[in-house]
Amino acid sequence: MTADGPSIRLLPRLEPDNEFFWTSGADGRLRFLRCQDCRSFIHPPYPRCPFCISADVAVEPVSGRATLVAHTVNVHAWIPGSEPYIIGLVAIEEQEDVRLTTNLVGVDPDDVATGMALEVVFEQNDDVYLPLFRPADGSAS
Amino acid sequence: MSTTEPLERRAAITGIGQSAIGRRLGRSELDLTLDACLDAVADAGLTRDDIDGLATYPGMGTGTPGFAGPTTPEVQDALRLSLDWHDGGGEGPGQMRALIAACLAVGAGLARHVLVYRTVTESTAQGSGSRQGIGGDGGGSGSVPRFSGFLQWTLPFGAVSAVNWLAMVAQRRIHEFGLTRDQLGQIALNARRNAGLNPTAIYREPMDLEAYLSARMISTPLGLFDCDAPSDGSTAFVVSHCDYAPDAPRPACHVNAVGTALRGRPSWDQFDDMTTMAARDAAASMWERTELTPADVDVAQLYDGFSILAMVWIEALGFCGRGEGGPFVEGGSAIALDGVLPLNTAGGQLSGGRLHGFGLIHEACVQLRGEGGDRQVTRPGGRPPEVAAVSNGGGPIAGSLLLTRGAG
Ligand SMILES: [Zn+2]
Repeated sequence: MTADGPSIRLLPRLEPDNEFFWTSGADGRLRFLRCQDCRSFIHPPYPRCPFCISADVAVEPVSGRATLVAHTVNVHAWIPGSEPYIIGLVAIEEQEDVRLTTNLVGVDPDDVATGMALEVVFEQNDDVYLPLFRPADGSAS
Repeated sequence: MSTTEPLERRAAITGIGQSAIGRRLGRSELDLTLDACLDAVADAGLTRDDIDGLATYPGMGTGTPGFAGPTTPEVQDALRLSLDWHDGGGEGPGQMRALIAACLAVGAGLARHVLVYRTVTESTAQGSGSRQGIGGDGGGSGSVPRFSGFLQWTLPFGAVSAVNWLAMVAQRRIHEFGLTRDQLGQIALNARRNAGLNPTAIYREPMDLEAYLSARMISTPLGLFDCDAPSDGSTAFVVSHCDYAPDAPRPACHVNAVGTALRGRPSWDQFDDMTTMAARDAAASMWERTELTPADVDVAQLYDGFSILAMVWIEALGFCGRGEGGPFVEGGSAIALDGVLPLNTAGGQLSGGRLHGFGLIHEACVQLRGEGGDRQVTRPGGRPPEVAAVSNGGGPIAGSLLLTRGAG
């Protein structure tokens, strides 16, 4: 088994446009900006929907389910003291072009498979809730 | 392609220059830069008084120590140049954006002879202990730095280096195309073989597949020898109006087409096709601007800051089909000096040193001019190479270039 992530979590600076995302996990839900006209999810957050240019955008929760697009096991200790950890690129179930870079947790690297079903789990660091992903519904141990 | 001739065809590289290249040279970036620039100006048969344009990548205030090199104002002043046009910046089609800008300036008549340079002293900067890592500043209640912009989406998860992103490109290619590490390793082994024939390359000792495969892992599936190494060095070119080419002392390298497109999202993690990223768009736009085809290319200098990038470029530029890069390089013969596509003939960045794109452009000119010495490519029938393809970048930014010897 690998570590959940690097030994030190470098954190985002909370700003008006991103604070909702990074604090969303306080109630266990993952949220994105969503266009209220064409219903597209928007990530990273922008003031207008990049698809239809509507300015009517609002934060909405999603299921927290995602599929794995790609992954790597980082071995080199860029951050001193780090043990190997899995970096994953995931696409949310609701919209495949909305992706998150994350860490895969609760799974052995040998059991990680491109396309596998994942679900979000949050790790609190200071005022930030980092969305990490684990195999969905015990589909792996 | 359009009936109007691409503007970049009015430009030719008439002079090339390079400083000493090495690990921890301990010389200043301006010192190295002036060596390369003066070398290029003399090579073009010109003097400082002839230079009326100046360009560099990435310009002021960019990156970690040793990354950016001197700014154009510093070089202009140090050489007391009188300029009609100048440009420095980091946003554009890869590191070669400075060269492409120079071509367009010459084509537009803003300048006649543009000096273009790129200098790195990352090896010395890291050796002197000034390696800063990734910056950041306060913002939370703790003492750990906080990050904005793109880095906020990656650093919290320990995705701190381009190698992590490109490892995922490689992994995705393993998944989609069945790429193997033995195949990928041919990019590194080919570079090392060619570096052995290049007196200025940094890593010249022979390396075999066993050594490649057993090197320590950095970020799966990429190991140590899939990554280039920081080095010190400066590379410079004189980009002239093509009507000067007949008067230049050395054979001019004519710019046939440039590839500048970025049609997907400009992002490491949001780009639509993780197996290609921006190389796809730059390459496609280059072929849209020329009557030449991939079969016309005699030698290729493809960006290999990481081995996987050269693999991506081989496919993006159409030297084989999508997903067929692994079988194409398998065994190494196709990309060897006597192969169908001689690749990274000076050792690339993997073994030649990270001159950050400009070393590849330099080697393309060396090959077209027939100055490659022991590593000089000759094509079937003994003819010298006439068409060179060059690429820079990969990931979310990319640029490419076709150079030809003779009338262009
Ligand atoms: Zn919309």
